[in-house]
Amino acid sequence: MAATPGDSRLEMCIQCGTCGGSCPSGADMDHTPRALFALIRADLRREVLRSNTPWYCVSCYYCTVRCPQEVHITDLMYTLKNLAIRAKLYEENPAAGLAETFTDQVENFGRSFEFGLATRHNLRHRPFSLPGLAPLGLGLLSKGRMDLTPRRIQNLDQLQRILARAKQLEEAV
Amino acid sequence: MPKYIFYPGCSMERSARPYLDSTLAIQETLGIQLEEVPDWNCCGATEYAASHLLPSYALVGRNLALAAKQTNGTRTLVAGCSACYLNLAKTDHYMRHDAQLADRVNTALTAGGLQYQAGSVTVRHLLDVLINDIGLDRIRSKVVRPLKGLRVAAYYGCQVPRPDYDRRFHNHEYPNQLEQIIKALGATVIDFPLKTHCCGGHMTQISEATAYEMIRQLVHGADQYQADLMASLCPMCQLNLDAYQVEMNKFFKTSYHVPTVFFTQLMGLAFGLDAKALGFGKEFVSAAAALAKIGVEAPPAEVDQVPPPAKLPRGKPSGLPMPRMPGQEE
Ligand code: SF4
Ligand code: SF4
Repeated sequence: MAATPGDSRLEMCIQCGTCGGSCPSGADMDHTPRALFALIRADLRREVLRSNTPWYCVSCYYCTVRCPQEVHITDLMYTLKNLAIRAKLYEENPAAGLAETFTDQVENFGRSFEFGLATRHNLRHRPFSLPGLAPLGLGLLSKGRMDLTPRRIQNLDQLQRILARAKQLEEAV
Repeated sequence: MPKYIFYPGCSMERSARPYLDSTLAIQETLGIQLEEVPDWNCCGATEYAASHLLPSYALVGRNLALAAKQTNGTRTLVAGCSACYLNLAKTDHYMRHDAQLADRVNTALTAGGLQYQAGSVTVRHLLDVLINDIGLDRIRSKVVRPLKGLRVAAYYGCQVPRPDYDRRFHNHEYPNQLEQIIKALGATVIDFPLKTHCCGGHMTQISEATAYEMIRQLVHGADQYQADLMASLCPMCQLNLDAYQVEMNKFFKTSYHVPTVFFTQLMGLAFGLDAKALGFGKEFVSAAAALAKIGVEAPPAEVDQVPPPAKLPRGKPSGLPMPRMPGQEE
């Protein structure tokens, strides 16, 4: 958890439950953020990294601004997603798939490409929902709100060198 | 003419094109100049950090470094997209407060021949710049077509008022800057208690039922207070409330019709600019009826637009949508 930038204040959690009560995704989570932090304290690593909680976090920051102990809850969710991927403990889930597809685009083009994102992601995770959403994609296209081809930044090489070095640094820890 | 360094971001160039077009259109009226960061890259949205934490800071670090090199007499970096704004602000914030992170980001940037000294640019959202630098008086003085009679729900979503590292919005849950601007344009601002609730973010791609319920609550709230439209300040929120309002209606078998446009489009209208140039007509839930209220003829709708229902569903309670069991088809 030390990878979380700044001081996450995780150990300051007093288990008050404000975070879970504020969370718009609470109903889908197998553990509330509060419960997850209790599991972390109990050192139940496997249980924590298999939890779907971080993957259902929509980064709304309600919990973070309401937490009486100023625990950086949303940032911790990002760290947990990273740890789960690294430990190969996350279940194959649409949220992780989305993050992966998006990451590929950013690394290959420097920009994200919403049309590609929607189709590749849907084909992988929700093949049956694609026909239903096709009108939306076509609508975006015809309104000039989506492109068929990705845009590439000019100095992609520079960006890729930066990201490669950052990955090395991260793995070295 | 005050200059700003401008980071448009991927969404503003794509799905939120009307946001970019209207923002660029009003800069002349307001007497400001937005200069785009050259060769900026994606900010990573809420996805990149999920799989690569340190690289996600390096990704944003490149944009900050490019912006810092852009000497145009200002050090204010403005973004319109909430996620872009937050990612830029967050990276700068943590680089200022975490020396180890700053060091590692800079080690990565060196591989691309760049460096970024934390704090060398000030990251601000467009709304913050418009209300605090330009000011309400100036905005009011440019209004030639008051939006009189138009009932608007001001919607902030999450990532502008929260976490708000530099405390620019005073209140994480009930900010009022957007309302002040909309009032200055002559429109009526409705009560909208859900104004900083989440639009669902990327949830439409992950769990439809959850996402559609979040969208339904917002649209329902605006509808209950008889809003003619919702004003948004974020590409993701607008996409969810507009394009996915159509999908949400199908999901719950409801017939809500609350158009969602960008607040900069409303500013442009009030400044007398052409509706088409401001990107009207590209929304899925047609704003034509709302525009008619202020005597503006909507540009020809581009295909697939949902016209307002002949009989507005107002007044009759819409009831709670019943959740469907998995596998249960329409
Ligand atoms: S709101 Fe803060 S202190 Fe309360 S349970 Fe959540 S993390 Fe712990
Ligand atoms: S930031 Fe994530 S965990 Fe916190 S309230 Fe929002 S969705 Fe829930």
